[in-house]
Amino acid sequence: MKRIYVNEEWCLGCHLCEYNCAFANSGKSDMASALKGRPIFPRIHIEGGDRVTYAVSCRHCTDPLCVKSCISGALSRDADGVIRIDRSRCVGCYTCVLVCPYGALSPGEDGVMQKCELCLRNATGEPACAAGCPNRAIVYEER
Amino acid sequence: MTGYVIIGNGAAAIGCIEGIRQIDRETPIAVISAEPYPAYCRPLISYALEGKADPANMNARPADFYEKNGCTVFYGKTAVRIDPDGHTVTLDDGAVLPYKKLCVAAGSSPFVPPMTGLDTVEHKYTFMTMDDMRALDRAVTPQSRVLIVGAGLIGLKCAEGLAERVKSITVCDLAPRVLSSILDDEGAALMQAKLEEHGITFCLGDTVAQFSKDHAVMKSGKTAAFDTLVLAVGVRANTALIREVGGTVNRGIVTDTRMQTSIPDICAAGDCAEGYDASAGSNRVLAILPNARIQGECAGVNMAGGDRVYDNAIPMNAIGFFGLHALCAGCSLAP
Repeated sequence: MKRIYVNEEWCLGCHLCEYNCAFANSGKSDMASALKGRPIFPRIHIEGGDRVTYAVSCRHCTDPLCVKSCISGALSRDADGVIRIDRSRCVGCYTCVLVCPYGALSPGEDGVMQKCELCLRNATGEPACAAGCPNRAIVYEER
Repeated sequence: MTGYVIIGNGAAAIGCIEGIRQIDRETPIAVISAEPYPAYCRPLISYALEGKADPANMNARPADFYEKNGCTVFYGKTAVRIDPDGHTVTLDDGAVLPYKKLCVAAGSSPFVPPMTGLDTVEHKYTFMTMDDMRALDRAVTPQSRVLIVGAGLIGLKCAEGLAERVKSITVCDLAPRVLSSILDDEGAALMQAKLEEHGITFCLGDTVAQFSKDHAVMKSGKTAAFDTLVLAVGVRANTALIREVGGTVNRGIVTDTRMQTSIPDICAAGDCAEGYDASAGSNRVLAILPNARIQGECAGVNMAGGDRVYDNAIPMNAIGFFGLHALCAGCSLAP
């Protein structure tokens, strides 16, 4: 399956992916009204320090610890390989936060967990982080 | 055709079914479910009590899960005997199920120590199952005064679930702090303060000396009035089936890292099992859902002829009350 990969030597740490992610998942039609003056809750996060930066989001593991550990049955791995969360079932227990080796799950604005679902079901249709990465550090491809 | 038999129908059983089906799509699986429900997300019972989860939407898997996976579920039945030589399991209704490979995923049961006067208490409950939750749900009113014995995960999640629904909640525990098995003094104090903000009162480092119909007299001499009692002192692994036939049992059914018990063709997984704990370097019961699920899968793969090892389990908990969350993992406290 196609996944998001990050070429860390090209990541500038500009955080644009975080804004593109938050906008793509906001359901709004323009970025200013979606994000301006508000805290954002992206599903991708820039990690690192002075020397190296890289964007981290869900790896869509083939053997996902989050799915196996979810106490509410909210997380599942679909037939297309995408790990999705049924936010109506999530009780916000943080077990997925505890077990994910990548830190890919985090609470959304409403306290319910959220995660990257590759933008396949929002208006963007493909990962907004990769599409908007100015240095092509984030790519969406089959490997 | 003699197939697989799984005793239990919780997270470990689900894992076992999924593990078996990674290798063997054909051989039938019999699942013995003491509870008369498809596997549900057990930790959600406190959220159901709180109104944050709907019992109708708590199933662990989609409705067609068992059918799709070639499982026959014996609902409301318990296994009463294993015959390791004859490779059979006998149920409480007398039915005898032959097995090729067996997984004991029988979970744990509330441990209720002998306590003076407990038999005089009319409304007493445990908090482990959907039916326990339903009984408590029916019993409480806005006027209820609840006493919970045990300030561990079960007792406190129960307290959180009831907090907005009853007049008062008192939690007592012999330990000097809440969540004593997973939190240190500092962390426990934060959690206790958060719980107290929501009207829950504590009686710690103390234990019930004597129950009467509507109050408990503590060792310290204090009294706690109640009309509803919840016993959440602890749980014990359900090991009897294996113990009775001479299998190695310690606090749980002892397994190797492939979830094999000391008896050929019998695996164990989940809260009844004592598997390898990588943080302790020895076997321990790790009664947490992720562990049950992964142990079950490991057992299932091996039962079906695959080769799976689970040697990196550690204790871990994500626990939160009223929006204050704590994550802990490993052996943080000196034994």
